[in-house]
Amino acid sequence: MTTATLENTSAGSADAAIQSFTVTFLIRRYDPEVDSEPRWQDFDVEMYATDRVLDALHKIKWEQDGSLTFRRSCAHGICGSDAMRINGRNRLACKTLIKDLDISKPIYVEAIKGLPLEKDLVVDMEPFFASYREVQPFLQARTTPEPGKERIQDVASRARFDDTTKCILCAACTSSCPVFWTDGQYFGPAAIVNAHRFIFDSRDDEAKVRLDILNDKEGVWRCRTTFNCTDACPRGIEVTKAIAEVKQAIMRGKP
Amino acid sequence: MTVIESPRTPARPAPRRGVNVEKWGWIYMRASGVILLVLIFGHLFANLMVGEGVKAIDFGFVAGKWASPFWQWWDVLMLWLALIHGANGMRTLINDYTNPGTVQKVLKLALVASVAVLLVLGTLVVFTFDPCPAGSPADLLPSFCPAA
Repeated sequence: MTTATLENTSAGSADAAIQSFTVTFLIRRYDPEVDSEPRWQDFDVEMYATDRVLDALHKIKWEQDGSLTFRRSCAHGICGSDAMRINGRNRLACKTLIKDLDISKPIYVEAIKGLPLEKDLVVDMEPFFASYREVQPFLQARTTPEPGKERIQDVASRARFDDTTKCILCAACTSSCPVFWTDGQYFGPAAIVNAHRFIFDSRDDEAKVRLDILNDKEGVWRCRTTFNCTDACPRGIEVTKAIAEVKQAIMRGKP
Repeated sequence: MTVIESPRTPARPAPRRGVNVEKWGWIYMRASGVILLVLIFGHLFANLMVGEGVKAIDFGFVAGKWASPFWQWWDVLMLWLALIHGANGMRTLINDYTNPGTVQKVLKLALVASVAVLLVLGTLVVFTFDPCPAGSPADLLPSFCPAA
């Protein structure tokens, strides 16, 4: 019986042939027990083009400075833990490849803005989740389905809100929004996206309640359509479009 | 024992009933923007392209325009729509760049005051403009006045 195996010799030479680069990372460090202000610290890391920024952070933490603090869970772009500002743009560290960055210059990595900084790349997400909770992001149906049956929905009705179901609550959009930066009172794109997901769901009956919540002084009207959120979303959700649809639904008074 | 709040407990007070300033401000910006597009390009066309074009603009040209109620209303409408449109934009800038407090209040008051003064002054000028005021010395009047 023959099984396909990697030949040691060829694998070894292939490894050697892959070119690696020394990449400089400038990371905005902040230790609340020592620093009064955040400071920039640089690290040189040996990287391959196919490595991600998250791999660089791991290498730094494991091999150079164990005190570097950041969040990550799945490391595959679905848990939404490692949103950070990479070269001034909100990105997931686990989805940003070295080959897509200009490594002739240092790569700047800092925590997302607009939320209280706790340590290094970790921010307090509570204000973000507070506005998420406020839009009642759960199904509220007044009818009960037939016993043993699911709630039926046709393909077109499901497609109506498909885009906004993709949100992973990483806060990349909300913390890229200049209106959110000002005083943090604005609901923020992520909360509106998650309201949109239920407002336009044909199985949900409380769209009016959510539209009333978002028809607030700090609601959708503060959106200035700068498209930072759409650019920041690692899931490719058309966030600004979703906000515009909620605005129109409020004007109509129904989804 | 910790009490877990109901997920439907509102975290901020329910929005006040009645007129929603932010919503109407948003609608106003779009509505006035569309009308201003027509008014401003109409204004530019009438002043710069028609007849002798830009060379014709002088005191007499403006006086001639404001002799007609049509251009009076055109200009007053443009003044009100554009000034309030701009002021609403400035209001959002103040909201963006200052924190709630005394400074923000003072800036907003100054904005409202300057807009009110400009609106009253502008409207007054357009409707009461008289190129040949009675009793003026002849050498100060434009050539088309009967007294000059």
